[in-house]
Amino acid sequence: MIEVQNLTKRYREKEVVSNVSLTLPTRKIVAFIGSNGAGKSTVLSIISRLIAASEGSVLIDGVELGKWDTRELAKNLAILGQSTHFSIRLTVEDLVRFGRFPHSRGKITEQDRHVVRQALEYTGLTELKNRFIDELSGGQRQTAYIAMAIAQDTKYILLDEPLNNLDMQRSAQIMRLLRKLVDEKGKTVLIVIHDINFVSFHADDVVALKHGKLAAMGTVSEIINPDVLRDIYGMDIAVEDYKGKSLCIYYQ
Amino acid sequence: MRHKKLIFFSLIFVCAALMLAYIFIGLTPDNWAFNFPRRLKIMAAIVVVGAGVGLAAATFQTITANHILTPSIMGLDSLYLFLQTIVVFLFGSGQLVMMNDIPGFLLTLLLMIGASAALFICMFRKEGQNIYFLVLVGFVCGTVFSGLASFMQVIIDPSEYSVLEGRMFASFNRINMQLLWIAAGIAAVSCLISILDFKYLDVLTLGRNHAINLGVPYQRVVLRTLVCIAVLTSAATVLVGPITFLGILAVSLGRALVQTYRHSMLAGASALVAITVLILGMFVTERALNFTTPLSVIINFIGGLYFLFLLLRAKNT
Repeated sequence: MIEVQNLTKRYREKEVVSNVSLTLPTRKIVAFIGSNGAGKSTVLSIISRLIAASEGSVLIDGVELGKWDTRELAKNLAILGQSTHFSIRLTVEDLVRFGRFPHSRGKITEQDRHVVRQALEYTGLTELKNRFIDELSGGQRQTAYIAMAIAQDTKYILLDEPLNNLDMQRSAQIMRLLRKLVDEKGKTVLIVIHDINFVSFHADDVVALKHGKLAAMGTVSEIINPDVLRDIYGMDIAVEDYKGKSLCIYYQ
Repeated sequence: MRHKKLIFFSLIFVCAALMLAYIFIGLTPDNWAFNFPRRLKIMAAIVVVGAGVGLAAATFQTITANHILTPSIMGLDSLYLFLQTIVVFLFGSGQLVMMNDIPGFLLTLLLMIGASAALFICMFRKEGQNIYFLVLVGFVCGTVFSGLASFMQVIIDPSEYSVLEGRMFASFNRINMQLLWIAAGIAAVSCLISILDFKYLDVLTLGRNHAINLGVPYQRVVLRTLVCIAVLTSAATVLVGPITFLGILAVSLGRALVQTYRHSMLAGASALVAITVLILGMFVTERALNFTTPLSVIINFIGGLYFLFLLLRAKNT
């Protein structure tokens, strides 16, 4: 379980996250929503020790973040940031193999090879495994990163805007893949995402942030309704029923 | 992978062949007693300097996530010249000659290591510095040091200056054996520490965030590597003098040859290229130009051209 207590992050005087406390469920997809600059990515980066909090604490499985051995934590929690450009050419398989680093410390064993093969298989990348990362489309690249997180074999997978710049088909594919990870492998997925319809169709729980503060938290059905959404986004969003799911219309 | 290993081993072969060629070509029973030990000493120094500069350049590029900078280009060489000049300026050239003994050598080395470590750590302490900022800081530091150095150079006695001038160009021909041993020992320890970190450096190729995600103790590894780089570069520079563009030539050619993120091969190839370039340079200065042109001039000429080529290529992509 991941618990966040009174989390605050300041850059000089500017508070980007103020006093956020959360208790996040496990074996669910938890979506972090909110406008640009609401502090979603910051919270996720603090949970995954990429940036330090100014105040407050994060507990992962009951142990404070700072008390975790960083190697042990890497076996329990994976973070995929917004994708970066590498200075060297890597193949898909090389990248996925890096996911085994916390377990193998650089010496790949037969067991590791097996896990890498499975991760490639699971994400449907087996045929692309010898392609270079920079030759892939955005969606394939994002899938390769997820394969790396699968190979890392962690309980928690954190993703910062994985659908950025992806087309609809790829976005849906990635969301289905994440759903499968939760349903079949019992992972806990925390995801920062902008399209609330993907949230409505694929996520379980929602954390909504506004101006660095916690605006709302609950299950999808509790959050995806016009009143709560107006609070979060400051605009009127119509919510229609579509085959038992809520569909948000925010194009007008 | 097999293909890369083949290239790597051919590189080792070429390097070894050149070493033997340098030592044995032109050796006759008459000049054996003079040339053989002298050439062995030069070869030992080339290995120490080449391995140190090559490895430091490769690890430096990994932790700074760039392919055009090396510690020397970032101002370390100007720092060395500055330190040499200030000694002559304050104490006279007699002191500089004295600095060829062990305490003098260690003092210069310590100053260099201290100053460069401080410089690096200040530069990289803040998160997410962009590379252009670092290039700029490096060049500004370099310019400040060399500016101060040339200011002092024009006001010292001309005869003092001529002693100093000898120090401004790298040379393998005036190496003190004891200093060579000390430098070799220090370089070996730093290389070993870096080699133990190679597995982390491989992951650091993916960048800071991925490295932290994969459980690399990022701060510690970067700090340790920067200190090793400072030690290796300083040891090489204090031993033979500044060869600014050797590192960039070594690491870029090494990377182009083996094309891998694995530091066991990347840093190895870089060190081998550095050694090869130095031996070739020695051939040219000693046998073709009869010592009329210093080694560092030749290497900097080729390395500098290559550096310009890298800059122009980076601009186009």
